[in-house]
Amino acid sequence: MKHTLAVLVENNPGVLSHVAGLFARRGYNIESLAVGHTDDPSVSRITLVVEGDEQVIEQVSKQLNKQVEVIKVNDITNEETVDRQLLLLRVAADTAIRQDILQLVEIFRCRIVDIGRRSLIVEATGDEEKIEAIIKSMQPFGIQELVRTGKVAMVRSPK
Amino acid sequence: MNGAEYLVKFFENKGVDYIFGYPGGKVIFLYDVLGKSSLKHVLTRHEQGAVHAADGYARVTGKPGVCIATSGPGATNLVTGIANAYLDSVPLIAVTGQVGLSDIGRDSFQEADIMGITMPITKHSYMVKEQDQLPAIMEEAWNVAVTGRPGPVLVDIPSDIFMGSVDFSAVPKRLSSRKAPSKNGLEEQLAKVIAVLSRAKKPLIMAGGGIISGQAWDQLEQFVKHTRIPVVTTLMGKGAVSEKQKGALGMVGMHGIPAANLALSSCDLLLGLGVRFSDRVTGKPQQFLTDTTIIHVDIDPAELSKNVKTEIPVVSDAGKFLTELLKKLKQDKIVFKLDEWWAELQEWQKKYGLVYEKEPCVKPQHIIEEAARAAGEKAIVVTDVGQHQMFTAQYYPIGGVRNFVTSGGLGTMGFGLPAAIGASFGRPGETVLLFTGDGSFQMNVQELATLSQHNLPVKIFIMNNSCLGMVRQWQELFYDKHYAQTIFNYNPDFVSLAGAYGIKAFKITQPNEVTPAIAQALRIPGPVLVDCVVDQEENVLPIIPPGGKPNEMLGRWRGETHISRIG
Repeated sequence: MKHTLAVLVENNPGVLSHVAGLFARRGYNIESLAVGHTDDPSVSRITLVVEGDEQVIEQVSKQLNKQVEVIKVNDITNEETVDRQLLLLRVAADTAIRQDILQLVEIFRCRIVDIGRRSLIVEATGDEEKIEAIIKSMQPFGIQELVRTGKVAMVRSPK
Repeated sequence: MNGAEYLVKFFENKGVDYIFGYPGGKVIFLYDVLGKSSLKHVLTRHEQGAVHAADGYARVTGKPGVCIATSGPGATNLVTGIANAYLDSVPLIAVTGQVGLSDIGRDSFQEADIMGITMPITKHSYMVKEQDQLPAIMEEAWNVAVTGRPGPVLVDIPSDIFMGSVDFSAVPKRLSSRKAPSKNGLEEQLAKVIAVLSRAKKPLIMAGGGIISGQAWDQLEQFVKHTRIPVVTTLMGKGAVSEKQKGALGMVGMHGIPAANLALSSCDLLLGLGVRFSDRVTGKPQQFLTDTTIIHVDIDPAELSKNVKTEIPVVSDAGKFLTELLKKLKQDKIVFKLDEWWAELQEWQKKYGLVYEKEPCVKPQHIIEEAARAAGEKAIVVTDVGQHQMFTAQYYPIGGVRNFVTSGGLGTMGFGLPAAIGASFGRPGETVLLFTGDGSFQMNVQELATLSQHNLPVKIFIMNNSCLGMVRQWQELFYDKHYAQTIFNYNPDFVSLAGAYGIKAFKITQPNEVTPAIAQALRIPGPVLVDCVVDQEENVLPIIPPGGKPNEMLGRWRGETHISRIG
């Protein structure tokens, strides 16, 4: 099962390689990773998606917690969260099919951020499912380049 | 005050008396200051010698060992020693010089990213990038090394930081104290422990290195005396209970004492204290004691359920846990009826003793048993790695904590000699026995110079079988006697070698020489080397074949000549 971990770390040089190195040497695989500093510039938040059963995730969390630079590890998998990925996608778009692409962009509520002679760049944000759906629907037109970020997530406030 | 002066003052304030190290280009300035201070510096002949010596010092004193090396090759020569200390949870501060700040990242002369290299084998590695961080980093490094589960910490210091002045008024606060303390559930867990413990018919304690680093040996002794629950130890736990004490069954594991291993496989409740369920004890972790209730107490939460599934995990200092548990057991007037369990254990002890023949050639077991008789259970015993290490663990009853120094987790050949030197500096005047093999000994043989220079009372017994005995044994048992690259067709004359270093030495080849040779080695003051020519074909028994369960021992039982499965 995929788990989402929100890890607060000291914003020191090298901290990301420490965390990534820990995963590599303990034999855990990182599915996706996103990092950036928080409202406090001395603290960074790493959002990790890790595949593994309960025991693996417990071990991952404990090993992370042992690191001097790790402040807090939160497994937010079972929390109500808002999670987002960012996608940039260059799709082949001859004039003949441009209209079809624009229609899809409309439906998925993404945006065209660059128009070239024979291609378009589409920008989308959304959760994993939405991003996957957009990619799938664009595939028939010919995806020329694709880049996406790791997931970032935030726990919803109590209602 | 400059950086180097600060560092020296820091170590003085921490009560460090000896530093082990080796100078080089990027630490000249530090050595210049160090040489004028009250700190005593031991110059080894290789950086690996320095780090193992610091490790040996730490193990026999309980204080952190300190070592220094220069940048690049000096630093990388520490790597094995740091990994060794990490796996055995030994507190260590390794200070390395680094190229100047402006030269970092340019593949400068003698530059190596030692912080990156050592990150996986330290509790933490630091590089001091700003002059003003030095005090905060040193304080934090020391704290990290000694708190919780101890371990090595590396501080990499660019050469200009040694020379620049330290401004104490501008010390930035390091922020790792922001870590939220983990909640202590000891009270809750104790209730569960008592519930299962009071129902157990065959309880067993497995004591590990955590009893020693956690200074919980008195609490353990009291607990065992009161409850009469039998105790086995791991290799790292040797000395946690006096092995002559009633209730101590000896070491478990691949080459453990048969009764101890049988106790482990038959107990219905296992109380693991400061152990990490190493594969040398568990075999295949999935098959380990599947019907036994396991309580695991460790100061490091990451150890709990890491290797084996634990019914009751307890994050606690071992001493505190035992004190609280004993108090509650007394309050609740819980008594253990262990007569049947003890009868079974004593039967195994009688039936499956360790056996070897003292004739026709010298056996390593014979030397170790005789040395134990002559030097007593209070001597400091250091080993290298291999057959002699396991024989020492089996045949030398350790009577005191911090008296047994061995490379348990990493299994570092070449550890013995420098560790014995460090141990001798840590406990001046006490006799140190080093049991080593001809293979291990040659891996850090250069430290004979350090030993001779300081005239330390280290008695070296080389179990010389002209081969890499442990690997040879595996080849005999599991690789159809194909002795690939394990037989030394050439060995130096160890007596002449010791002589070249000014160390008294003699050689024995006959069983009747064993007792007088040991007596002589102990009588002569200072270092002595005894080259003991032993049986090449002697095997360490019992042995649990790879992946086997604790009761699946091969050995020679009741004087039989052939090897068979127990039972």
